[in-house]
Amino acid sequence: MFDKLKKAFGGSDEAPKAEKKVEAAPVKEEVKAEAPAETKAASAKPRIGYIHLSGCTGDAMSLTENYDILSTVLTDMVDIVYGQTLVDKWIHGTFAEEMPEMDVCLIEGSVCLQDEHSVHELLEAREKSGLIVAFGSCAVTGCFTTYARGGQQAQPKHEAFLPISSLVKVDAALPGCPVAPEMIAKTVVAVCEGDLDYLKPAMDLAACNAGCGCDVLTNVIRQGLCSGCGTCGLACPTRAMGYSEGRPSCDRDRCIKCGTCYVMCPRSWLPEGRIKKETGL
Amino acid sequence: MPLGTYKEALSARSTEQKILDVSQDGGIVSSLLCYALDEGIIEGAVVAGTPDEDWRPIPTVVTSSDEVIAAAGTKYSMSPTLSALKEATRQYGLEKVGVVATPCQVQGLRKAKAYPFTRFVADKVNLIIGIYCMENFPMASLDTFATAKLGFDSLTDASKMDIGKGKFWLTKDGEDKGLAIKETHGYEQAGCNVCQDYVAEWADVSTGSVGSPDGWSTVLTRTDAGESVFKAAVDAGLIETKPMDDVKPGLPLLEKLAKGKKDKNTAERERRAKMGVRIPAIY
Repeated sequence: MFDKLKKAFGGSDEAPKAEKKVEAAPVKEEVKAEAPAETKAASAKPRIGYIHLSGCTGDAMSLTENYDILSTVLTDMVDIVYGQTLVDKWIHGTFAEEMPEMDVCLIEGSVCLQDEHSVHELLEAREKSGLIVAFGSCAVTGCFTTYARGGQQAQPKHEAFLPISSLVKVDAALPGCPVAPEMIAKTVVAVCEGDLDYLKPAMDLAACNAGCGCDVLTNVIRQGLCSGCGTCGLACPTRAMGYSEGRPSCDRDRCIKCGTCYVMCPRSWLPEGRIKKETGL
Repeated sequence: MPLGTYKEALSARSTEQKILDVSQDGGIVSSLLCYALDEGIIEGAVVAGTPDEDWRPIPTVVTSSDEVIAAAGTKYSMSPTLSALKEATRQYGLEKVGVVATPCQVQGLRKAKAYPFTRFVADKVNLIIGIYCMENFPMASLDTFATAKLGFDSLTDASKMDIGKGKFWLTKDGEDKGLAIKETHGYEQAGCNVCQDYVAEWADVSTGSVGSPDGWSTVLTRTDAGESVFKAAVDAGLIETKPMDDVKPGLPLLEKLAKGKKDKNTAERERRAKMGVRIPAIY
């Protein structure tokens, strides 16, 4: 089932390589105690990685806010094989010298072009991952980091921050600042079930590398599509979206370029099939 | 199915005089909201109010029957109502929220539930009351109808605004003045021209005037949630009903108008697509 998903994303047809042994480390013994049960279940579970580039950990925090399903997801549905925050495994870190193969890699944050390690980790992740998901608006559009311009201690040269799709092919995008816990939960379930219909909008958003309140002006109002429903105002995390004569009017000094307003707009795309399925209407 | 999926169609009206005094038609929206608030089914609702009574709709959070009644009546201009959901769930801290929504707003809400890109908002909406909507007008269009076309000094002179029997009506000093609907064409907002939903097909319960006699509303119950609230309000004696077959003009007119809107605006979508301008992507 997961192979089907991988193929659909243009990933490799080959069976995932057997996972390399995790380097000997203090935690190894603790892990070993549960190992037999783990190994059996592991083959069916997607191997998830989480990479933290120039982000704020808000998206990873958001993932953990799925309190009622989190333990089930982490124990029964996925294996987290790489990451700094949720597990203690990352390259050049203490416990893993090499990045493992991953079925899905969630990448939070934009990438700083002047930070050699970030660029390397991103490119390496593309090689090792079936799917790359831009996780949160910094990864999707650059969000806050759009405004970075260097000149600060102790790395004044760290000035250029790009959405990850500028450097690697991204398979799915989950915008939001942060991406909402419910959205993460629904996506994880869809990934585990191979529900491509649900993932399609996120896949189509993957190539996006720009986003701001201007999107509703450019792609909705100026196309004669706005109906003044107010969804974009609901979506905006900074309340930058006001209304004038029934039309959204973005305060661009408040807008953080997360792109959520346009993604939420019912006149950008409408998931008719899913709505009918969920409501029975 | 031009009316979407529904369980039951009924003609209905409120039994409460204080609601009928201010309601656009049968007072169904107000009755359902008051009932749901009193019973704790919802803790509040987002609606289109007119705090300045100048016909300009302002998204408003209501948490009591008095506030519901103060916001009653149709305003024929755009209310970005869904933007007030943020206020309802954050400032007011409401966990169970009702929404009175036009078809496009219902679409926005259902999309927000299916793809919740904004945290902890859409899941708190547990009652969507949809209102029928053929099209909507910018405030400047309403000003034009009142002053240039009907000879009012100002739109604010009107005490009631209605669309029915082929006319756009404004009432002043108890006298109704009507403008042929044909005269209003070209004044609706452009976004309405691609809308294919007349009867809020994805609401929990939809209501509007067409199909029922004056002072009554045509109600379509759609989801289990919508059906149960409506039936409970009827059982509580707040709403009286008649079978749809017993009233004129009945469902055939509603179906005809719904299909007319679908056909016309589907053609407009095709025309725009052919020109190469953007239309909403459907998944």
